Amino acid sequence: MDNKPLFIAGHTACAGCGQSLAARLVIEAAGANTIVANNTGCLEVFSTAFPESAWNVPFIHSLFENCAAVASGVEAALKFLGKKDTTNVIAQGGDGGTADIGLQALSGMWERGHDILYVCYDNEAYMNTGIQRSGLTPFATNTTTSPIAEKSFGNPRPKKPMPEIANAHGIPYVATASAGYPQDIQRKVKKAISIKGPKYIQIHVPCPLGWRHESALTIDVAKLAVETGLYPLIEYENGKLTARQIQPKPVEEYLKTQGRFKHILNNPEAIKQVQEVADRNIQKYGLRLEKSA
Amino acid sequence: MFGPLTTKPGTSKANKTGSWRVKSRPKFLQKNCIGCKMCTVVCPENCIVGKEKNAYYCEYFFCKGCGLCANICPKKDILMIEEDKEEKEKK
Repeated sequence: MDNKPLFIAGHTACAGCGQSLAARLVIEAAGANTIVANNTGCLEVFSTAFPESAWNVPFIHSLFENCAAVASGVEAALKFLGKKDTTNVIAQGGDGGTADIGLQALSGMWERGHDILYVCYDNEAYMNTGIQRSGLTPFATNTTTSPIAEKSFGNPRPKKPMPEIANAHGIPYVATASAGYPQDIQRKVKKAISIKGPKYIQIHVPCPLGWRHESALTIDVAKLAVETGLYPLIEYENGKLTARQIQPKPVEEYLKTQGRFKHILNNPEAIKQVQEVADRNIQKYGLRLEKSA
Repeated sequence: MFGPLTTKPGTSKANKTGSWRVKSRPKFLQKNCIGCKMCTVVCPENCIVGKEKNAYYCEYFFCKGCGLCANICPKKDILMIEEDKEEKEKK
């Protein structure tokens, strides 16, 4: 890899931002011959505050919903120019721009079979506009549009199964990663860009402001999400599932690190329901580490 | 050209985000460092520089003082110290 940093300091992310850390890891793994299309969201706002840019690669900001479509156009143009084999195209966005607003363009990109890596930075709400719930907000999260009150304990709906939706399109590579495992992110990105066709990676990125934890705990919180089974690290290669095995910890260990789950710590019923979510993940993906005989 | 267009890449170093630090700043002791590079890997600002062990340092112009590097250092060779503490001691 060359020494020129591709994502430099001076961007205006919050202290301890998991997204800026993951974005740098992704672009460093992809290399300098990359064109990035980015939909609206925290990442675009903090990294390209006019008139400066933190990126040392070509960068296009699209609208909130059409990043995948813009990247499709870039890919088609590169194909026409005969430069596709030497250039990677990455489309990226936050969880709202991926799972809610941008899903139709993304689905189109997968279905048309463009050779693009789509990276979703999943911080589990619309953090840029002030912590509104999105389709990828987990169960029982306190956000500004799913507030806690007498009869409500936060977001009533479970997380949208984006990796399964991606896999249902029959694309060659789908993976989830986590900011708590930086080398794992880079390995998955390198693997993804070596494969031809549409790829999807969803990276769990803690947001100290929105999740209300100390900025120094970003990595620890992301690791706990994986270790409790609430955020399984999985890969689908042509539909074949491989998962990172864990020895599951109780979900309280993850919940008590964050202010957004503070209200359910005294509510055993809600904790039980969150534990059920983790147990379902563990069973569905076969996460439990079997003791070797 | 239409619209606000950033014509030069990699220009964000004009923002000296180090002024955001309020509580603490990392201090690189450079004693027990094993050169594992974990601090440079996890720094969200990409402001930790260094190539060999015991030679890593932080560009305070950009460091926001999040504390991730001190938290991940396996040798506890990075400490979070109170902002301006060293200057006060000198006086």
